[in-house]
Amino acid sequence: MESRYTFGGDEHVFCEVDTEMSLEAFFKSLSMTNAVRESQIRGVTEICPANASFQIKFDPDIIKPDDMLAEIKKLEVQAENAESSMDTRIVEVPVLYNDPWTHETLMRFRERHQDPSGTDLDYSARINGYGSVDDFIAAHSGSPWFVSMVGFVAGLPFLYQTVEREKQIEVPKYLRPRTDTPKLTVGYGGCFSCIYSVRGAGGYQMFGVTPMPIFDPQQQINYLRDFMIFFKPGDLVKFSPIDRDTYDAAVEAVEANEYEPKIRDVRFSLDEFNADITACNAKLEGALK
Amino acid sequence: MIKVLNPGLATSVQDMGRHGYYHLGIPQSGGMDQLALQAANLLVGNAADAAVLEATFMGPELEFTADAVVAVTGAALTPKVDGAEQANWESFAVKAGQVLSFDYLKGGARAYIAISGGIDVPVVLGSRSTYTLGALGGFKGRPLAAGDEVPVGQGKGTVGRSLDAAMRRAPGSPAEIRVLPGIYWHWVTDKSGAQFYADTWKVAPEADRIGYRFRGGQPIEFTERERPFGAGSDPSNIVDGCYPYGSIQVPGGTEPIILHRDAVSGGGYFMLGTVISADMDLIGQMQPHTPTQFVKVTMDQALQARADRTALIGRIHEALG
Repeated sequence: MESRYTFGGDEHVFCEVDTEMSLEAFFKSLSMTNAVRESQIRGVTEICPANASFQIKFDPDIIKPDDMLAEIKKLEVQAENAESSMDTRIVEVPVLYNDPWTHETLMRFRERHQDPSGTDLDYSARINGYGSVDDFIAAHSGSPWFVSMVGFVAGLPFLYQTVEREKQIEVPKYLRPRTDTPKLTVGYGGCFSCIYSVRGAGGYQMFGVTPMPIFDPQQQINYLRDFMIFFKPGDLVKFSPIDRDTYDAAVEAVEANEYEPKIRDVRFSLDEFNADITACNAKLEGALK
Repeated sequence: MIKVLNPGLATSVQDMGRHGYYHLGIPQSGGMDQLALQAANLLVGNAADAAVLEATFMGPELEFTADAVVAVTGAALTPKVDGAEQANWESFAVKAGQVLSFDYLKGGARAYIAISGGIDVPVVLGSRSTYTLGALGGFKGRPLAAGDEVPVGQGKGTVGRSLDAAMRRAPGSPAEIRVLPGIYWHWVTDKSGAQFYADTWKVAPEADRIGYRFRGGQPIEFTERERPFGAGSDPSNIVDGCYPYGSIQVPGGTEPIILHRDAVSGGGYFMLGTVISADMDLIGQMQPHTPTQFVKVTMDQALQARADRTALIGRIHEALG
């Protein structure tokens, strides 16, 4: 894992921490962006961590691009030696898998899909070697996920599951992107799950929908009053399968502005995780019980 | 206040943009031709960064409820006050009860309509700009619609002020857009890389505030590589990362897309370089089918072009300040 630095025009430094995805690459990208924030380099205007890379936007009228690059590179030693653990929170996200709305949408865009004969869940279960959709849902909702990036559109979390590499679910994106995706769709592309914060175009496979809003530009939803976006990189998520009645009840609670997401403080250590994944995940999930 | 009788094709409130939230997927937004936006404001006596209306391809029809001074810059959309033609890049008066409308588009793509006092919608996260995808900022988070009543601030402008034609910028034909290669440029074969600059591309109909798509050039050929874990199955896929403003992604290697001010902040497509900051204004003035040549530059050339643009904006401030 060796970082590669390059310029995105005269206003951005782009750093690929690793070509492939791993929790190590994500932790390093997050440490680097934290280090850039703390070092308060003059001229930095945006600090954007991503899954296995990061981007710094700067004003070249204040700092020359080569100087900016040198300042960031200086922080790499510090970031590499940073403790790979963090105090964070775990959030339970209820999901109605196989819901009628994403089903209607995926049928509408079937000709853009690899396998027009089935659903996105059928296809994803099969190519990942699961005997049934239920087994596949059990795997998707069985272990926690890291929010490894927020973006694409406002407040959309990319999620990476805390399981062994061989247990990672991998699916291709649609052959051609859809022009529509229901709001709050739980999607999947590459090795990432996501939650579509707004309705719109999308290329990820669609598995279900959550009743829990994660973006509110009006800032009227009680838990989004302080800030309109719910997730930040480093949050942990546990998907919890729910049935239609529970979904409807949750939507009613959201509409009455009485919905409260289940959130617990936890500490995640990459060393503990690598030493015993099962025990680490059990501890994280235990916090939600 | 102004009443929207007809919104045009896509007219939205924009200023110099919203900064500091790209890491959460909220792009900067703001006028796509920032030079024209600032000039329009200065012509009517506003601060250069006041909020204006950005009209795309077609002008709106607006009824004024109070006297105002107005200037229209950018695209060649001739303004008319109760049917009487006015000059572009020049301030003129609109009286209470009069209607501002526009002739058809004769050049460019986006006109900036500055009104003395500025458009006075609420500031959201530090800006009045509209980010339509996030339903954020501007007038109710969306482009204008018929029947909207848009608030305007108090201001005092002077009619008859104009900006010398030498101080305006517009894309040529073919449009020459300068590019700093990088990011994942090393994925492109030498032959294909040379072809990218040699080809004449054309702006596709899919060209909006999020990004500009281009057609007509040869598909990109990729160097042989192992597919990294998590990147996806297409040779143009990367592990989802950040997208710089102006970055050029080529999904599937076929049609380049340049991300602009309402950019998606990240995703899974490789980028072969980035349009230099000095040329982003020009893209905002390109119509579909505009022939386009990408021109490779070095960082030093990019910085020189940036300095030239900054100096030009300085001269505009001096002329109109």
